[in-house]
Amino acid sequence: MDLQRTIKYESDRVKGFGREVMSVPGCEQLQSCIQCGTCSGVCPLSIYMDYSPRQLMALTRADFKHEALRSVTIWLCASCYDCTVECPRQIRITDIMYELKQRAIKEGIYPKRFPVPVLARTFYSMVHSRGRVTESWVVVKMLLKSNPLAALGMWKLGLKLLTRGRFSFKMEGIRQRDQLAKMMAVANEVDSEHLPPQEELKKAH
Amino acid sequence: MKGTGRAYEESLLAVMRALGVELEEVEDWNCCGATAYMAVDEVKACILASRNLAIAEKMNNKVMMAPCSSCYLILNKTKHYLHDSPQVNSVVNRALKNAGLSYSGNVPVRHPLDILINDVGLDAIKKQVKRPLKGLKVATYYGCQIVRPYATFDRADNPTTMDRLMEALGATVVRFPLKTRCCGASLTGTLPEPGLLCSYIILKEAIRCGAEVISTVCPLCQFNLDGYHDKIAAKWEHVEIPTLYFTQLMGLAFGLSERELGLHRNFVPMKKLPEAQPELAVR
Repeated sequence: MDLQRTIKYESDRVKGFGREVMSVPGCEQLQSCIQCGTCSGVCPLSIYMDYSPRQLMALTRADFKHEALRSVTIWLCASCYDCTVECPRQIRITDIMYELKQRAIKEGIYPKRFPVPVLARTFYSMVHSRGRVTESWVVVKMLLKSNPLAALGMWKLGLKLLTRGRFSFKMEGIRQRDQLAKMMAVANEVDSEHLPPQEELKKAH
Repeated sequence: MKGTGRAYEESLLAVMRALGVELEEVEDWNCCGATAYMAVDEVKACILASRNLAIAEKMNNKVMMAPCSSCYLILNKTKHYLHDSPQVNSVVNRALKNAGLSYSGNVPVRHPLDILINDVGLDAIKKQVKRPLKGLKVATYYGCQIVRPYATFDRADNPTTMDRLMEALGATVVRFPLKTRCCGASLTGTLPEPGLLCSYIILKEAIRCGAEVISTVCPLCQFNLDGYHDKIAAKWEHVEIPTLYFTQLMGLAFGLSERELGLHRNFVPMKKLPEAQPELAVR
C-alpha cells in the first residue's frame, strides 16, 4: 500500500507561480475566485478529473505549481468554455487551463506517452513545418507515439473513412511556407517570460 | 473540411450557390491551430490566425466566413487579443511585417448560421425550399465553440438560430436540452472513455427527446456523433441516430441531390424523406 501525504505544506509551493499565471493576458481575474464550484458543476469532464476545476484554480492561485502541472485535469479539459461562461467572477478558466498546458509542455511535465499532450505536440510540429495538418498523419503519428496497439483497433474506422472519401494520406501544406516561417521567427525572438506589469494589462483588458 | 469534414464543405457550397451567396476561399489559408496548437503556444496561435486575417483583408471581401467552429473561435479570439492586449498586438504585427503582411483589424469573422439568418434572411431561404422537411423531427446541436465564449449572434445558454432555420425548412424541432453540451472533442480519439461518454450522452438524450436526426454545425461534433456508434455500443449501449450538417438538411429541403450534399459520406444513413407533395388546389 502506497502512503501519500494528504495535506500541503508551505514548502510545497513555488512562490510566484500564481502571479506568473495571472499576469498572462486574460488570466488576472483568477485573483477574485470565490471558490463557488460552479465551474466544477458545469464541467462535462469533471467526473474524470483528479483535481476538479475549482480545486485546480485554488491550487494555481496558491502557488502549488507541481500539483497543477502534474494534474490529469489540464489534459482532460476539452475547451468547451462552459466554466468560463458560467463563472460569476468572469474568470477565464479555460484560458488558464491552456496556460497550464503550455507550461507543462514547456517543462516536459507529463507522462511521456500520454495521448493528449502527444497529440498537441504532433499537431504543433505539423502546422509549424507545413502550415496545415493532414488529419490521417496526425492521428497515425499520435497513436504510434502514445499507444501503438490502439492504432490497430482503429483499422475499421479508417477503412470506413477511406471508402467514404474522408480519408487521405496526401500531405497538405501551404504554398508560402517561408512566409509562415518568417512570422514564427519573430515569436521565437520574443521572450514570453518577461510579461508587462499587471497594471498595464488591467488597463488594456 | 477537406478531409473528414468534406461533406460540410460540399453541402455548404451547394446551399450557398442555390442562395446566390458568393464565396471565395481564402488564398493559401493556413491551419488556425484549433485547440491542439493553443495547448502548446498561445502567442504563436494568434500569429497563425492573423496570417489568415491578413490574407482575407487583402482579398477585399466584406466578411470572412468561418464554418468550422474551432476556426471561428480562434479567429475571433485572436481579434479580441489583438484589440485588448498591447503585448500580443505588438508581437503579431511585427510577425506580419516580417512576412510582408499587415492586418488593420477590420475583417469581421462570422459563422454561416449568422450570415444565413441575418444577411440572407429566412424569407429568401424559404423561397428555395422545394421539399419541406415536413414531420422530420430534428434535434439542433450547436456544440460549444460557436456560442461560447463569444455569444455574438446568438445566446450562449439557449441558442435558437439553427432552430429557426430548421423550422423555416419545414422540420419540427424537438426540445433538446443538451444543445450546447460538449461532444468530447478530440478526447474521443485520445482518451476514449471520457470522450465517448460525452458523445453517448448527447446521442441518448436526442433519441429520448424524440429526434430522428441531429443537426450539427461542427465537423468534429459530426464525426464524434456519427462515427463511433460501434464503440459506444461496446461500452454502454446501442444508440443510433443519423447526424447531419445543417447545410445538408438545407440542401435536402432545397431539393438538391444526396450525392451533391455528401450524404454518402456519413456513417449512419439518413432516413429516406418522402418526395415533394404536389400543391393541393384551393377551392
